[in-house]
Amino acid sequence: MSGPSIHVERLVFAYPDGRQALFGVDFSIERGERVALLGPNGAGKTTLVLHLNGILGSVAGGTGSGRIQVGGSDLHREHLPEVRRKVGLVFQDPDDQLFMPTVRDDVAFGPANLGLRGPELDERVHEALVQVGMQDHADVAPHHLSYGQRRRVAVATVLAMRPEVLVLDEPSSNLDPASRRELADILSGLDVTLLMITHDLPYALQLCERSLLMDAGRIVADGATRDLLGDADLMAAHRLELPYGFDPLSVPGPEK
Amino acid sequence: MSGSAGDGLLVPVDSRVHRLPAQVKIVALFVFVLAVVATPSTAFWAFALYAGMLAGCVVLARLPALVVLKRLAVETPFVVFALLLPFVATGPRVEVLGLSLSESGVLGSWNVLAKGTLGVVAAIVLSASTAPRELLAGLERLKLPSTLIAILSFMVRYLSVVSDDLHRMRIARESRGYQGGRAGHLKAVAGGVGALFVRSFERGERVHLAMQSRGYNGRMPLLSETGAAQAQWLEGLALSLTAVVIAVTARVAGL
Repeated sequence: MSGPSIHVERLVFAYPDGRQALFGVDFSIERGERVALLGPNGAGKTTLVLHLNGILGSVAGGTGSGRIQVGGSDLHREHLPEVRRKVGLVFQDPDDQLFMPTVRDDVAFGPANLGLRGPELDERVHEALVQVGMQDHADVAPHHLSYGQRRRVAVATVLAMRPEVLVLDEPSSNLDPASRRELADILSGLDVTLLMITHDLPYALQLCERSLLMDAGRIVADGATRDLLGDADLMAAHRLELPYGFDPLSVPGPEK
Repeated sequence: MSGSAGDGLLVPVDSRVHRLPAQVKIVALFVFVLAVVATPSTAFWAFALYAGMLAGCVVLARLPALVVLKRLAVETPFVVFALLLPFVATGPRVEVLGLSLSESGVLGSWNVLAKGTLGVVAAIVLSASTAPRELLAGLERLKLPSTLIAILSFMVRYLSVVSDDLHRMRIARESRGYQGGRAGHLKAVAGGVGALFVRSFERGERVHLAMQSRGYNGRMPLLSETGAAQAQWLEGLALSLTAVVIAVTARVAGL
């Protein structure tokens, strides 16, 4: 397969109640890139990522136009199962993502839908849990885990499908500093293309060399995370603010 | 966070009863209750045997007697009803401790109490020795429709989430100085239930999105893949089959 991991062209979308969320979005993410999707609340970030695996948009029978390519091939209704394997979505609230009685069942849900059974399935589940360091908690019920652990299992449920692109919706929200760092360690060690919605700007700088800045349904800036965060006028124009005392020019980032 | 909600009523110890596959236990409970209900209420010896067998089960399952007694509290409404029966039933009267009671009422009361208690204790043994997930897997093995299994499994998973929501809403209400009388309280609770419904409904939509994202195509993956061995069926059903024999004997002897 060839082409960029994700390619979006002139994507327009309005919710059934008439509220338009996307006003023509264009961007492209190459294989292996790590990209942060920044922007104020209500900018359309979550709406955009729900398009990437065909949950929203014309493919899902909704309204909207534009073109989405995943791994070089167009999004089509017939390819949806394959696209949903390739683009792994981690939702913001782990309680939405983890719906099975135990961690093991939950991580197995995706691969089982792909048709895996028996030892192959067990192997896949174990592998995904090892990737997030949760292999000792396989038989625990999700609500017995801490919030940080649940977030990690949520990542594992998607990793178990061996996605090419991992899309995370605010991965660091509601995490304590240690869980936040542990998750960063896990994410930076993964060998996948990464797209991450976040309000946590230092997190974006730490993990993603590139950022897309979205506001009012459009991509308003696309560039190196450090440059975007360093542009005070751009930041102020789109309601983004750095934490007190944080200077994006003074900390190390993921750039080589 | 109410951590224990998802474990249901499981008493986490290891015993022969705990290790039996859930489907065996479910069938055993069902057959046992049928046998008990089919026994004529005048066959007192049969009920004594049933009670003895159940007590043996409780011991075998290593359940603390206190826990079992506490959980018997669910039976209270039936007990109240049973105790009323001798006073309201008609027919020949008998004198007990200076009270005039209906003879058929006393017998009916005994019937409800004995059969109810035996059934409840048997159900307690099942619920205390089987984790909710095992119970679901057992029902699945017994070919309950998969949609029903999915609904039950979501209930098990989200009961604690919803009860946490409810708990937070109550704290928020009381933090803002809510007192109100009994009627006012009901009104606030009713509003809370409405809000909780909307929240749960929205969560349901988000969970559905998450399921679709992971390739959900209308069929839940199976929870279990291994069946029960014949020996396990025999072991689990031994008690129930004994109960059936007792019930049949009592019926025949009563003729």
